[in-house]
Amino acid sequence: MSSMSSKSDGEMSKGIPNLAKKPFDKASFVLRFTLLSMLVLTIFSFISFDYKDIRVFAAIGEAINNLVAMFSKAQFTNFTFQDALLAVLVTICLALLTTVFGAVIALFFGLLAARNLSSPLLSSLIKGGVAFIRAVPTVLWVLIFAVPAGLGSVAAVIGMTFHSIGYLIKAYSESFEELDKGMIEALRSSGAGWWHIVFQAVIPSSKSYLMSWTFMRFEINCGAAVAMGAAAGAGGVGFDMFMASSFYLDMREVGAITWLILLFALVMETSATHLKNKLK
Amino acid sequence: MQASYFLKKRLSTALFIIILLAITAGAVILTGFDFMAGFASIPKAAEWGITQFYPTAESLDKLPDILDKLLETIMLSIASTTIAGGAAVILAVLGSKTMQVHVIFSVICRGIASVFRNIDVSAWSLILLFSFGQHVLTGFFALFFVSFGFLTRAFTETIDEVSSHAVEALKAAGAGYFTIVFRSVIPSAIPRKLSWVLFMMETNIRSATLVGILTGTGIGFSFDLYYKSFNYHAASLVVICIVATILAIEFVSNTIRRMIL
Repeated sequence: MSSMSSKSDGEMSKGIPNLAKKPFDKASFVLRFTLLSMLVLTIFSFISFDYKDIRVFAAIGEAINNLVAMFSKAQFTNFTFQDALLAVLVTICLALLTTVFGAVIALFFGLLAARNLSSPLLSSLIKGGVAFIRAVPTVLWVLIFAVPAGLGSVAAVIGMTFHSIGYLIKAYSESFEELDKGMIEALRSSGAGWWHIVFQAVIPSSKSYLMSWTFMRFEINCGAAVAMGAAAGAGGVGFDMFMASSFYLDMREVGAITWLILLFALVMETSATHLKNKLK
Repeated sequence: MQASYFLKKRLSTALFIIILLAITAGAVILTGFDFMAGFASIPKAAEWGITQFYPTAESLDKLPDILDKLLETIMLSIASTTIAGGAAVILAVLGSKTMQVHVIFSVICRGIASVFRNIDVSAWSLILLFSFGQHVLTGFFALFFVSFGFLTRAFTETIDEVSSHAVEALKAAGAGYFTIVFRSVIPSAIPRKLSWVLFMMETNIRSATLVGILTGTGIGFSFDLYYKSFNYHAASLVVICIVATILAIEFVSNTIRRMIL
């Protein structure tokens, strides 16, 4: 019996050499299952979309023509170039303001949320609250604050700051938790107080992490500031673009504003890469 | 010596803070942000939230409609991310330092990705509104473009980090270009790539709400509709549904990530 089974095993492994003896691998099973379900869901969603009366491929062809026209014949008509430049500056200032406010508040709460610097109860309380804040998209925060404050820069700044705080508390507290446990213990046993530990050990040694997370959030906030201009009347280049697109229906102006946004974003990305290499 | 070191350190910290304060002050003036109104709005928003922003039995009637739109939004995010992932793999292989066909070609690939990534998803929505109008495809392409740009960059970096040694070994053994790509470059970094795709999916579900508000589709449209008609009870129900979805997706993707990495 046993000789037979070993013989058939041998025959099988001759036919398909590697697969027959491969042990069950949980990681690769999960991987394949995830990829397969994503594929199935994608196909299903393409079937279930409400296409209305659009002929998809004709529309895509038209879209390509539109894009080419938009970017090659870009021109300002309702706004001047100076207007648009000022609007970009306003957008960047919105992003800057929300990042600075967010970073200052998140630094404090990040320390309280780090498990090695705070009590477990307080830490999980803050982390739970932060998970909720982050789960509400930025635009909804802005619109919620717009009810008492009115649509405009106040609601945009407060709403975007809220989401930035949520994001940065998570990032900061995780960088603090990666710190060497021995350092904090050594300082504590030599009699250093909580503030001493924070300002002499924790912040200096995680400074580069904090900087790169903050800069990353600034980049995200720049995008969010454009979006809030368009969706929540926060002013800046997003609002101009919304006006050009939905009010004046001027394709060429949308193209011109897009070029400007793209230019600034590229400058930002290049300087971010530069900064990252410098910090390393 | 020591005293001057500490003095220097303190001075540079002080300088940093002063510059930051100056820039912040400039930003406050330019954006017209009003501190008093800002602080006042927080307790007001909390008060409004407690007294009016909660679902009632009446608003629960809208739940089937909301869930229908929510499903559309989730499907939209999954489909756009998956397709973007597939497309990004191809561009990332061509754009990576390890597998580039030619330097100029690689630079072009990176440039394409950079353009797609650096135009914000809201800007893409407004651009595509011209061609597709208030249609689900507007949102699909807006999310697809941004995801495609972002994932190409992430995949390029992953490929350069993970597979350069294996590729060198395979090249030395005489393997052809496509053999190397399909046997080494793509499979070896798949867990990390999938982790990026999952991250993008989380981001896209958040962005889909915004895109929906701008393009009049999905859950964003539901929220906008109830919000603008002052039906805050129904709008709060939409927010709760979005929060639950995002937390669930985060949980699922973290679980998958823990199992594959």
